[in-house]
Amino acid sequence: MSSEIKFTPEELARYSRHIILPDFNIEGQKKLKKAKVLVVGTGGLGAPLLLYLTAAGVGTIGLVDFDVVDDSNLQRQVLFTRDDIGQPKVIAAKKRLEALNPYVNFITYQTGLTSDNALEIIKDYDVIADGTDNFPTRYLVNDACVLLGKVNVYASIYRFEGQATVFNYTNKQGELGPNYRDLFPTPPPPGLVPSCAEGGVLGVLPGILGSLQANEVIKVISGVGETLSGRLFLFDAATFETRTLKIKRRKDNPLNGENPTQTGLIDYQQFCGFGGEEENLEKKPVKSINVKQLDSLIKENANIQIVDVREAYEYDIANLHGELMPKSEVTNYIQKIAKDKQVVVHCRSGKRSSDVIELLQEKYGFENLYNLEGGILAWAKEIDQTMPTY
Amino acid sequence: MAKIIIPTPLRKFTSNLATVAVKEGTVLESIKDLTKQYPELDKHLFNEEQQLRGFVRIFLGEDDIEDLEGNDTTVSQGDTISIIPAIAGGTN
Repeated sequence: MSSEIKFTPEELARYSRHIILPDFNIEGQKKLKKAKVLVVGTGGLGAPLLLYLTAAGVGTIGLVDFDVVDDSNLQRQVLFTRDDIGQPKVIAAKKRLEALNPYVNFITYQTGLTSDNALEIIKDYDVIADGTDNFPTRYLVNDACVLLGKVNVYASIYRFEGQATVFNYTNKQGELGPNYRDLFPTPPPPGLVPSCAEGGVLGVLPGILGSLQANEVIKVISGVGETLSGRLFLFDAATFETRTLKIKRRKDNPLNGENPTQTGLIDYQQFCGFGGEEENLEKKPVKSINVKQLDSLIKENANIQIVDVREAYEYDIANLHGELMPKSEVTNYIQKIAKDKQVVVHCRSGKRSSDVIELLQEKYGFENLYNLEGGILAWAKEIDQTMPTY
Repeated sequence: MAKIIIPTPLRKFTSNLATVAVKEGTVLESIKDLTKQYPELDKHLFNEEQQLRGFVRIFLGEDDIEDLEGNDTTVSQGDTISIIPAIAGGTN
């Protein structure tokens, strides 16, 4: 098949270091040119993935991302520069990558991957590289890949730790390897594992893991070497400890175990515990106020209490003079939270404070708590533009 | 003694310790020795029926205990147990 692929003299010159590479050679390069790779998420992992896949000469690269470039992305998302701030990530990425390699065809999808569009987008690609940042999308990418028979090259990071493997890969002996649901049948409850926005991440770590992902993508396409299928690679950047653990398929996998029960995509927000209907029926809704309302209350000297549930190091960056009661230890402060007046609870973006209010309403019977919509970020945007954001 | 490597997301329950020394015996006994030292950890590893939660895997050396003898797998002096949780970070 790959014999139909032809190269111009310029392409041959550009890829000469691959072509003279024993075992890889011109055949490997033809396979790359023929391949279609979809990179889901053009952020920390997506940046090195896209740069190396483009430089290597993958013929068609799809980019999926709904987001726009923010200054705080530049600490690790090395595809972008300050000129790209405010631009859709897929547009800024395509421009950068086209400047790197004109022999690659780029297809952009400026949207989040959802249960409604995932199969349609993924079906045209050979290999999917998952560089997303949340559990619902991880399960969505996995399930869509298993249902469509696509290889899912996976990496994930948290603070100093990274994981990488290759899911749903059929080896040269025709044996199918494990997928994400063999490794982790169900996701953690929301809140246990904070996002990078809350938990932080060492900027170079996605660079390392994303490069490993690019390496696996190229091995899957070219057939050179042994992929990470059936092995989970772990890297701790803080200690430089690495482990490679064996992972296997499980009989109870709902997609392709002995008795599959799932034949299509599902509601992944609900699967991951975000806004499940049954759960919501039992919980009291969280009341909220916006930053303009809070600003008025402060100016009126209204009798309110402001509770800040972020961590102390976040408080030091910017604060609303609230009382610091970090979410992780908020139950130690119950006595300090007023029950006889309006209490405004806030965090960075409104997520943690909402979780805290749910907990305090459910376990401690509070009825006077209000979540600050959009958190201190909304305050910095709408009320005080001099306030530092992070 | 054997050693359990604690992953970053769970270190907040082990006073930020990355490894904890535990008694050998079976995997379950070793892990219960860990949760006896750090009781907060128990509910994050086990559900109400005392089964390991679906977002956590336990490895002895490089093997998943499910591919050995599960909770009854023998842990010997000097063995390393890894607790591996799902993490999702990447883009943002």
